[in-house]
Amino acid sequence: MTRLSLTLTPVIIIGVAIILAILNLATPATSALHVSDFVVGLAGKYLCYALLALAVDLVWGFAGILTLGHAAFFALGGYCMGMYLTREIGARGVYANANLPDFMIFIGWKQLPWYWHGFAWFPFAMVMVLVVPAILAAVFGFLAFRSRVSGVYLSIITQALTYALLLAFFRNDMGFGGNNGMTDFKDIIGFPLNRSSTTTALMVISAIFTAAAFLFARWLVGSRYGQVLVAVRDAESRTRFLGYRPEYYKLVIWVVSAVIAGIGGALYVPQVGIINPGEFAPANSIEAVIWVAVGGRGTLSGAILGAVLVNFGKTVLTGALPGAWLYALGGLFILVTLFMPRGIMGTFGRRAGAETSLPTAHEKQGLAAIDGKAADLAEAGADIGDGEKTA
Amino acid sequence: MTQRLGPHPSWRSAGLALIIALFVSLTVTLPATGAHAQSAPTSQTGADPYLGLTSRSLDDVVSAVDAISVSGDARARKVLDALGNNQLYTWKYPRPDHGLFIHDTDAGVWLDARTGAKIPAPPFLQVRRIVANDMVTGAIATAEGVLDLSSPNAGTRRKAAEAIFESPSASTLPIVQHALAHEQDPRVRATLLQAEAADQLSLSTTDQTTQLAAVSTIAARGDMAARNELASLSGAPKAVAVAAATAIKHIDFSLKLWSWLETVYYGLSLGSVLLLAAAGLAITFGVMGVINMAHGEMVMIGAYATFVVQQVFRAYAPDLFGASVIVAIPVAFVVAGAIGILIERCLIRFLYGRPLETLLATWGLSLVLQQAIRSGFGAENQNVATPDWMSGFFMVGGLTITLNRLCIIIFAFAVVGGLMAVMRFTPLGLRMRAVTQNRRMAASMGIRTPWIDAMTFGLGSGIAGVAGVALAQIDNVSPNLGQNYIIDSFMVVVFGGVGNLWGTVLAAMTLGIVNKGLEPVAGAVLGKIVVLVLIILFIQRRPRGLFPVKGRAVEA
Repeated sequence: MTRLSLTLTPVIIIGVAIILAILNLATPATSALHVSDFVVGLAGKYLCYALLALAVDLVWGFAGILTLGHAAFFALGGYCMGMYLTREIGARGVYANANLPDFMIFIGWKQLPWYWHGFAWFPFAMVMVLVVPAILAAVFGFLAFRSRVSGVYLSIITQALTYALLLAFFRNDMGFGGNNGMTDFKDIIGFPLNRSSTTTALMVISAIFTAAAFLFARWLVGSRYGQVLVAVRDAESRTRFLGYRPEYYKLVIWVVSAVIAGIGGALYVPQVGIINPGEFAPANSIEAVIWVAVGGRGTLSGAILGAVLVNFGKTVLTGALPGAWLYALGGLFILVTLFMPRGIMGTFGRRAGAETSLPTAHEKQGLAAIDGKAADLAEAGADIGDGEKTA
Repeated sequence: MTQRLGPHPSWRSAGLALIIALFVSLTVTLPATGAHAQSAPTSQTGADPYLGLTSRSLDDVVSAVDAISVSGDARARKVLDALGNNQLYTWKYPRPDHGLFIHDTDAGVWLDARTGAKIPAPPFLQVRRIVANDMVTGAIATAEGVLDLSSPNAGTRRKAAEAIFESPSASTLPIVQHALAHEQDPRVRATLLQAEAADQLSLSTTDQTTQLAAVSTIAARGDMAARNELASLSGAPKAVAVAAATAIKHIDFSLKLWSWLETVYYGLSLGSVLLLAAAGLAITFGVMGVINMAHGEMVMIGAYATFVVQQVFRAYAPDLFGASVIVAIPVAFVVAGAIGILIERCLIRFLYGRPLETLLATWGLSLVLQQAIRSGFGAENQNVATPDWMSGFFMVGGLTITLNRLCIIIFAFAVVGGLMAVMRFTPLGLRMRAVTQNRRMAASMGIRTPWIDAMTFGLGSGIAGVAGVALAQIDNVSPNLGQNYIIDSFMVVVFGGVGNLWGTVLAAMTLGIVNKGLEPVAGAVLGKIVVLVLIILFIQRRPRGLFPVKGRAVEA
């Protein structure tokens, strides 16, 4: 699986993307083989989710940090892109003001706030897509890892982080469009967003980024650094006693992961045409975790697979049975954690677990608990609150 | 009133003279405490209070309005109302009878203003409407206040005295003093005394001793209106001005104190909401270490249980509706507790020792529960009513205390007190603590630990359900109810220190008060964000909360 998935996953991603692109652009709309813009847009969206899933898997699967706030980085990347796209609208807005976005005129602002400067220039905006999530992640991660906040506590404060950002971005006077966010984008570096060639190009670019992020992540976790990281995940104290500084190992992967999530968000916004504070919702972050759990925590290809599968299911189910989606999603959370803790790739992948090994200690505990053995249960119970052994 | 008469100083004194003259008559005619005068004062003095209304000079009209208000005439209010509603007419060209007519447009009849008798419609071209401009309308408002002073209703009288206090004028002084002489109700008397003081201060001829006394009377009120009153004092003798300035300083201080107290009260109120939401979590998360993301849904289930109980009461015992909330408490506890035990047996027991998996599974569970409620009850807000005995308010000094908030504060402390008692004094509590401290030892002593786990989780969930009963009173009962509280609840428990109920209480109250204290400075949303960021920073400084559990339990 190791060799195969290393070569196969990016090949499949890019291959599928190119086939979709050809079927969309080169076949007539009447042809049976024609793929509609809608499907291409969906594929592009899934790929952005796959990037987010990859980011979550890097920190959760390889560093043991269960993040419930990664949508914050995704949304921040998205907002950076949204700011560029908003500036790109220029004088084509409702108020036809080239210097000020519509929503600022609407709330009576006279000039562009300082933090909006530069976003009209595409390269600057793209640098910000990387820098803004990275800075937030670096500050938050530095504080958290240095004071050894771990396990559930860390999960809860990541959730509080994204919740605080959600509340902040809802405010009109933040200057990001408040409740409504930013939308009504016209074009991206000169290409109209409503043209199918642009949609297809964005999808292919998302595929390339996903493949590249996969290869990069693959290289990172396979490196010496990645091996220490897995050691930190499995036995943080022991790693520390061996002379490593776990907080810095975690911080690096945390920032890298935030940047990948930011890129995902930035690619997401032009494809869905809107960015609003809803993207910060804690529920979004947790949903991303379940993609990874379904696909297989600690397997990079699993994260991508999980994101695509779960979201495909969501698209199908919300279309067919709107009420059933939350049951399905909730059931997925419960069933996967109870019966398939290693996810699809972990369970069914050839040479399962070879890609990276998950800690087996808690699996034993889980099995013991299912067997109902009081003594083992006691040990498991005593472990509660100790993030290291159990996370 | 003084200002209104402003342009014509002669009119001021003339009006005053008239009023005082009329007032003398009033003292004779007005029976004791606030009954209406029975006979028109015209019979005693010969002066007609309505005469001025027929004049074309608006100043005359204004002073007539003042005169009418103190005339004690039974028709006074009717006439003033008619004037205010543009329904009062007089002869276009003065006639000896100085006729005044009310055209009741609703009933379509004409009345003689002075007697109220029906009359044939006067010839259209020979009458003119008496126009009420702003000045006149203002005078009418004051006049009606004066009339209210003799109302049989103590509340109305007090309100009227209050109105006079807020816009004092020398002309109302005799009326206030007259009312004072007959007033029995102590609260109305107090307000009248304040109104008298305000009137006295507005009268330039008052001697200094009286003015000083007046200042101290007003200062004793200690509210914003008193401050405004004192601040508007100008041209007073130095001693009076100094007294007023000191009084203002005192009032400012006490106002600040009250506003602080108010913030603290609101903070306690918010804190007790947080406490209620977090109390159950303090058991499931704090004592058992189970990360129950479906905790908010337990609260929601409690709220829906309240709704169902109220529906039953509405249908079968509408007379006893006031008791529905009381009945809902045990119902919510049992329903949420039973669901909690079910969850523990079917899901959580397989995940002990795997907190992150527990977190994910219970999150999934929360989605399922939300959707189940949505399927069963619909996505819209349900109507949970506040029983009568819980609505209303009372004042403590400058503090308005609403009953439903007070009930929630008391209830929150009762719930936590009960919880502490259960943990401390019952066999179940003893076993819970034993299992928490040393599971293996507890099992060796014959405690059925799985059963205790289920009971503990059931207790925590039941408490969450009880919280739902209270939260249903102040929040929208919808499937999303729980989600609004889950993050806050975790913050409270983590902030207070896991496994420590006192810490939870203190954390909830601190967060509540800090939140409310920040609101006026930073706004509601920004205040909340600041609090969240502060907690995030705090957890990084002290990862185990305000009151960490010490000893071997932590190390295990």
